[in-house]
Amino acid sequence: MEETVQHFKKRSPKRKQERFGKTISLVATIFIVSIVFSILFFVASRGLRTFTEHGVSAIDFFAGTAWRPGEVSDAGEPLVGAFPMIAGSFLVTIFSALLATPFALGAAIFMTEISPKTGKKYLQPVIELLVGIPSVVYGFIGLTVIVPFIRQIFGGTGFGVLAATLVLFVMILPTTTSMAVDTLNAVPRYYREASFAMGATRWQTIYKVVLRAASPGLLTAVIFGMARAFGEALAVQMVIGNAALVPDSLTTPASTLTSILTMNMGNTVLGTLENDVLWSLATILLFMSLFFNILTRWIGKKGAMK
Amino acid sequence: MTPKKADKIAVNVLYGLSGIIVLILASLLTYILVRGVPQFSIEFFTQPAKTFEVGGGIIIQLYNSFYLLLLTLLISTPVAMGAAIYLSVYAPQNSFTTFVRTAIEVLSSLPSIVVGLFGFLMFVVQFKLGFSILSGALALMIFNLPLLTRTIEDSLTAIPSSQREGGLALGLSKWETVTRIILPAAMPGIITGVILSAGRIFGEAAALIYTAGQSAPALDFTNWNPMSITSPLNIMRPAETLAVHIWKINSEGLMPDGPDVSAGASAVLILAVLSFNLLARYLGKKIQKKITSA
Amino acid sequence: MKLKRMITTTTITIAGLFLGACGPVVEQESITVVGSTAMQPLVEAAGEQFSSENLGKYINVQGGGSGTGLSQISAGAVDIGNSDVFAEQKDEIDASKLEDHLVAVVGIGPIVNPEVDVDDVSLDELAKIFTGEITNWSELGGKDRKIVVINRASGSGTRGAFESIIFQEGQKSMITQEQEANGTVRSIVSSTPGTISYVAFPYFDDSIKALHVNGFEPVDENVYTNDWVIWAYQHMYTNGEAEGLTKEFIDYMLSDTTQENLVPRVGYIPVSKMEVERDLDGNVTDIEK
Repeated sequence: MEETVQHFKKRSPKRKQERFGKTISLVATIFIVSIVFSILFFVASRGLRTFTEHGVSAIDFFAGTAWRPGEVSDAGEPLVGAFPMIAGSFLVTIFSALLATPFALGAAIFMTEISPKTGKKYLQPVIELLVGIPSVVYGFIGLTVIVPFIRQIFGGTGFGVLAATLVLFVMILPTTTSMAVDTLNAVPRYYREASFAMGATRWQTIYKVVLRAASPGLLTAVIFGMARAFGEALAVQMVIGNAALVPDSLTTPASTLTSILTMNMGNTVLGTLENDVLWSLATILLFMSLFFNILTRWIGKKGAMK
Repeated sequence: MTPKKADKIAVNVLYGLSGIIVLILASLLTYILVRGVPQFSIEFFTQPAKTFEVGGGIIIQLYNSFYLLLLTLLISTPVAMGAAIYLSVYAPQNSFTTFVRTAIEVLSSLPSIVVGLFGFLMFVVQFKLGFSILSGALALMIFNLPLLTRTIEDSLTAIPSSQREGGLALGLSKWETVTRIILPAAMPGIITGVILSAGRIFGEAAALIYTAGQSAPALDFTNWNPMSITSPLNIMRPAETLAVHIWKINSEGLMPDGPDVSAGASAVLILAVLSFNLLARYLGKKIQKKITSA
Repeated sequence: MKLKRMITTTTITIAGLFLGACGPVVEQESITVVGSTAMQPLVEAAGEQFSSENLGKYINVQGGGSGTGLSQISAGAVDIGNSDVFAEQKDEIDASKLEDHLVAVVGIGPIVNPEVDVDDVSLDELAKIFTGEITNWSELGGKDRKIVVINRASGSGTRGAFESIIFQEGQKSMITQEQEANGTVRSIVSSTPGTISYVAFPYFDDSIKALHVNGFEPVDENVYTNDWVIWAYQHMYTNGEAEGLTKEFIDYMLSDTTQENLVPRVGYIPVSKMEVERDLDGNVTDIEK
């Protein structure tokens, strides 16, 4: 009897193993979370110095249009208005998403609903391949093909929001498409069967049933594409022209947060306003990607099928 | 318009859209390959790069790319695997889990330039690792973790719950069920995921410029002592990768044949990514076969 | 079972690599040089040559920009910081701690798209192009075509040198397109009609046209005499006096063999060829020979 009680009181090796497994997997998870936090903390603490250490007012930074770090205005205020870059980043992101979404959705529907066989055989591999093309190569092709092309048609120098939009369009196409494919594949089969059984055509089924059921996931796919466009640096930098001006047309040189950030980081000295203000741009980038993620989460929750 | 007609139009539009995508992508690939492949020669693949003369090759950069890729996968796969197991098996449905998931997704949409700069100030300067393969691999790990965790978790949850229940019913612990039953069954998916993430790592430049560095010291391929600076195995040496090399040639390259080297190197990158994809497909299929027949 | 073995092997391999890396380096030395991207090809070439002549000694050259070079050398994180501006010209750098080594001179010249039919500009006209006062090539005797100005990134050493020489007191460049690197600027100028920018002499090639300034051709011989006024020193900064391998490498950079062979071959100008010298404030004086 005593022995049996002991046996049950003792922690079984299984239990120990279970604890072990849970602990190491939790440690891995916490490790990832702590990386995220150290990056957030690190970038934000440098970025905030612009306001705390150098006394730039937030309004001047977010709404100011004169970007000449290192110089001061007649009133003695540093000229670090980031509005041109913020506007440029939003414009290229929104335009490229507008352009890429119909194509990505079209291809995704084609691959899942119309012709899964051809889709899997030809479209899928090409799309996966495109994810691996380095952004430098995209930028280089943008510089040698897209910019001259725009120059021929619209005049001007060819550099600008339009060129960046076209490059980003191709760059986010694979991300958006493959996520949309996953979403569409997750729509249960019986939805479609029920629709067909009621005599609906293929398009009616797609449009009225599949797309409706998948819409939160599809929105997430689009927003992920936008997040990628927002954060892209090297390719955009090569084709947008990098002029810190609020874009007044699609074909005049403009700039984005990332393009100004990459271009100037190496040339500034750590701890100076010129350097800290670049970290402020990086902080905006971080908070935007946080925002994009919270948005997709919110859409997912809101649109989840009950 | 009758539903039938609408159906026809819609299907044609879809064909058109997909066709345009294939056309864009195919012309992109052709453009890169047509410009790049003619640069291929034995020297191109066996010679080190030259700073200001004609005729540089890419052997060292190519090797560095693969070595860095290997190290990154070695560091990031166990961590991603752990996190994926936690999220798919142990994580309770509460706000902490949601918070963890959000954090991982934020990491995935982080601009790579921010990762690179963080890596520079953290690993290179703070941890005193210098411009080294190790710094580069750590930066790439940050870059790779979210995607990898997600794909591994997806492969784990894709295993039918009947298998999980079977394991638990046999009296196995959750941990045993995962490691003995779920993980082996999910292996094909995991391997495919790991290899596909390799493609993205292989082409990354912005995160490496400030971490693994932009110079490729000569390597002695007969020296396998990992302590020696010229040894290919040394992880504390700076290592310019192929993608960084392309970036460097286009920005400050002084070699007269810069555009040719850059075109050739781009083609090599594309071909490498292509072979990763083929390999992923092949391995996935093969393991699937082995598991199901055994 | 298989998985377990795989994990064990991997762990051992990683551990081996880490231990190996941390262990003592036997009879091998290396130093890290960081900074100016424009100087990188020169220093890298010199480093390679140095290593091939001195077995077991390695020079690890990285770019990153003059700003990075100066802040890292001030922080003592690297052995040599490359810069194409004087450390004193960057705020928040304590230049008194740093020792300057002038290893070369580089000429910087305006370049235009080959279709531009203007060959010669005065320094004053050049300044007015970059401030935005002159906007059409016809004002300079060329065809009626808009001038497209491409500048360099605002903290760039090349831009600093260029602007400090062409601009008079009070002149400021207009906000315009900017690019980060010599190579990118060159490829944009070569393909965009009506553009003007400037690059270091080593980047001149057939795809672009180099302008004459004040009637002088942009060649090294004119830089020696300061007839070509747009040029800059290439600095290698050390934190305090150079010692050991750092000193050896700087001596190697300054040796007659390097200065007479490698430096001109990469397209830079040996300091010893200069017949004038320029101080921090831009005052040029003849060198007594």
